[in-house]
Amino acid sequence: MAKYTFKDFKSDQEVRWCPGCGDYSVLAALQQVLPTVCEEKGIDKEKVVVVSGIGCSSRLPYYMDTFGFHSIHGRATAIATGVKVANPELCVWQASGDGDALAIGGNHFIHAIRRNVDLNIMLFNNRIYGMTKGQYSPTSKLGAVTKTSPYGTVEAPFNPGSLVLGAKGSFFARSLDVDLPLNKEIMLAASRHKGTSVMEFLTNCVIFNNGTHAEITDKAYRADRTVVLRAGERMIFGKDRDKGLVLDGWKLKVVRIGEGGVTEDDILVHDPHADNLGLQMMLADMKYPDYPVALGVIRDVAEPTYDEAVAAQCASVSAKARFHSVDELLASGATWQVK
Amino acid sequence: MQLTGSLFANMSAVFGNGLSTFPDYPAEIRAPKGTVSGVSGFQVHIGNHPVNTPGDFCDMLVAMNPAALKANAKWLKRTALVLVNEDAFDDAGLAKAGFTGDDPFEELGIADRTLIVAPITTLTRKSLADSGLDNSSIDKCKNMFTLGMACYIYSRQLDYVYQYIEGKFGKKHPEMVAPNKKVVADGYNYAAAIQAVPNTYTVAPADLPKGTYRNITGNQAVAWGLMAAAEKAGLPLFCGSYPITPATAILEELAIYKHLNVKTMQTEDEIAGICTAIGAAFAGQLAVTTTSGPGLSLKSEAMGLAVMTELPLVVVDVQRAGPCTGMPTKTEQTDLCEALYGRNGESPMVVLCAHSPAHCFDAAFQAAKIALEHMTPVLLLSEGFLGNGSEPWRIPSMAGYPAIQPRFAAVPAEGRFLPFERDGKTLSRAWATPGRAGLEHRVGGLEKNHRGVLSTDPDNHALMVAERAEKVARVAADIPALRVDGPAAGNLLVVGWGGTYGHLLSAVDEVRKAGGTVSLAHFDFINPLPANTEEVLSGFDRILVCELNSGQFAGYLRSRCPGHRYLQCNKVQGQTFLVEEVVAGIRKALEEE
Repeated sequence: MAKYTFKDFKSDQEVRWCPGCGDYSVLAALQQVLPTVCEEKGIDKEKVVVVSGIGCSSRLPYYMDTFGFHSIHGRATAIATGVKVANPELCVWQASGDGDALAIGGNHFIHAIRRNVDLNIMLFNNRIYGMTKGQYSPTSKLGAVTKTSPYGTVEAPFNPGSLVLGAKGSFFARSLDVDLPLNKEIMLAASRHKGTSVMEFLTNCVIFNNGTHAEITDKAYRADRTVVLRAGERMIFGKDRDKGLVLDGWKLKVVRIGEGGVTEDDILVHDPHADNLGLQMMLADMKYPDYPVALGVIRDVAEPTYDEAVAAQCASVSAKARFHSVDELLASGATWQVK
Repeated sequence: MQLTGSLFANMSAVFGNGLSTFPDYPAEIRAPKGTVSGVSGFQVHIGNHPVNTPGDFCDMLVAMNPAALKANAKWLKRTALVLVNEDAFDDAGLAKAGFTGDDPFEELGIADRTLIVAPITTLTRKSLADSGLDNSSIDKCKNMFTLGMACYIYSRQLDYVYQYIEGKFGKKHPEMVAPNKKVVADGYNYAAAIQAVPNTYTVAPADLPKGTYRNITGNQAVAWGLMAAAEKAGLPLFCGSYPITPATAILEELAIYKHLNVKTMQTEDEIAGICTAIGAAFAGQLAVTTTSGPGLSLKSEAMGLAVMTELPLVVVDVQRAGPCTGMPTKTEQTDLCEALYGRNGESPMVVLCAHSPAHCFDAAFQAAKIALEHMTPVLLLSEGFLGNGSEPWRIPSMAGYPAIQPRFAAVPAEGRFLPFERDGKTLSRAWATPGRAGLEHRVGGLEKNHRGVLSTDPDNHALMVAERAEKVARVAADIPALRVDGPAAGNLLVVGWGGTYGHLLSAVDEVRKAGGTVSLAHFDFINPLPANTEEVLSGFDRILVCELNSGQFAGYLRSRCPGHRYLQCNKVQGQTFLVEEVVAGIRKALEEE
């Protein structure tokens, strides 16, 4: 098995995203993590396929030196599903923006999750249509002023995490474009997870939606406004690691450790492997300023995958079948002779 | 009635008759019973010679209620026999079917036909009174009583029906075997006992080529032809589809044969159907999506993607009456222009069609062969009439079918693999499937140059547009020449395509029997047209294009092969041609100055 470095996954194509675009760091993370992915899976890089739809982030396959498919708007999930079901040995990654995955491709997105096809879906959420130059998306904040909403939107946005968990997704993780190590961490977790792994990257569109995630990504207060969740660890956050999450009745509550008798032991411990969605749903739903935004792997449960189930059914039917050739098929059932 | 009809048809097939069938049923699963719009019919045409069509007019009509009689009275020959279930012809039944008086035969002007008015429900109940079955189950057997009567009238042995009953009920519902056999036999004996049946008929076996035969529907034949192509190509078959009338049976059929290396996906929508197939094509499989009219519209953009990425893909469209939802269960040939032109940009696809239920096998095989060897999406046009219709088919041997050789990419000795480098002869690119080292490349919907690099260069775009068109045009080298039935030159050439073949053949025969001279050329390949098309058309003074639309193929021929005198014979009623309609069209064309 070959040993790879990130350079092996860089194509010879010039990256054409705007300077300062959040997509760069996700691309870098993917190129950096794939050598490890190949090593862990024991596969060569020609088994890696990157599929995308349409939009700025969907240009990603051109920048990867792998088999790549830049498809049509919204359909990346369906095409990636076809690739994976046809050949389950392939390691399939998908790049889609918020418009691609949640608007025009929303149907394919939820059904891939429902089937639990073994795909790694990188959802680049910049809350705007960048490639068409600045129209609101299904994740734009209520009231967002854009070219198609000059007086502000009057429609509520999707929270991708709620959508994935609402469809009983088996894996959801979130990261920030600016956090390269965390990007790699969740990509590796997604790769290890068998099933549809949705990774939401909160990315900045420097031209049309600059600073949309700044309130949580800015280094000055990122630690206080986000909580990085890890399996088995307490949900502690803050620059001084002095804040945490506890359950207050049916709701999550932010508490300060050391205040009002709260100790570290009172803080919730994250369990992404719990089948019960309740707490994970609340974590995925947390919004600043009421809560820190949850990052890291929020849900990661083992479920049977569609591609393996299809292959297994084919194998079991085939093992019991009385014939395996078309000539035998043609002669099967009711026939008669003309002499 | 669908079951009774298909049993009678299968029995005739096994007996060796020429045969053609067509089920005509409403879109509703349980259409309002007893209403004219809710009538479900099954048309069987048998002969002591090969049979081309399900027939125009009938020799025998079985009407289980007044509505069925009303819906079909216009198809009765003067000499026809009409068998009705008297029990259903009560006041309520007559009123529901819209009869105003109490003599429906008089009202329909068919009182002069041979009428057999039998209390079939009552007789069935009497026949099965001691069977132990409940009334509802007994009433379901009345169609079998009718089948028994038809078997007597057409001198059929009941052995085949008995075998069928044993096969169907033997294992799961053994209690149903004896009652069903009894009721068929009682129907047969009843028909023999009453004096109302003036004649019985014996239709001798047709003079068919020797061999092993089976009955096959068009949808089944498409599925089997695709599996045959996959086997010949040594590839797994992948079908991504969404259920839609009347194409659904292809997906249903493929879903059975997992042991023939077939994977099927019932996707969330039509678009996912074709997109999963395109993904499978990229991954290296024989990829297929099946649909019907409105579904084809939904797949348009993705077909463009297959054109642009130059991946092998078979799209099967079982045409139905449109536009939009139209009449889902009714047949038409109205998707031709959409198949040819229904994509944005200049987006050429190979388009071919099937001309009979059994021919769907060869057409599907051919579609897959072209897709794989020319690296292009291929659109196969079937029709509701073909998909649901059936005919006897002499079972071929796969040894007689040509090899299919997909053009897999070779790993370049040096340098990078160039995905859009073309074969000098066919202009097709090579198929580089994931998993093979050294062939990493990117495809997509954006225009690229031969190296596979994105390009908006004007000259490059012009070149790629021209090459994609030329690649499809060069498929003509691999398709059979257009055949002319009749003299190669003359006054009139009848032209058709797709499922009208049997009707056109019968019509041409009829005109010839009456002393007329006419030739027939039927197209299986629409794009590209056979290489000798212009040569064939040039032999005739006038060309009558017959099709079940308002003139789509005629318009296409006018643009591709201009300068000929084209006449048209069209029908857009959601129904097949009647042979007599085509005959009338031919006579008119012959008389025209």
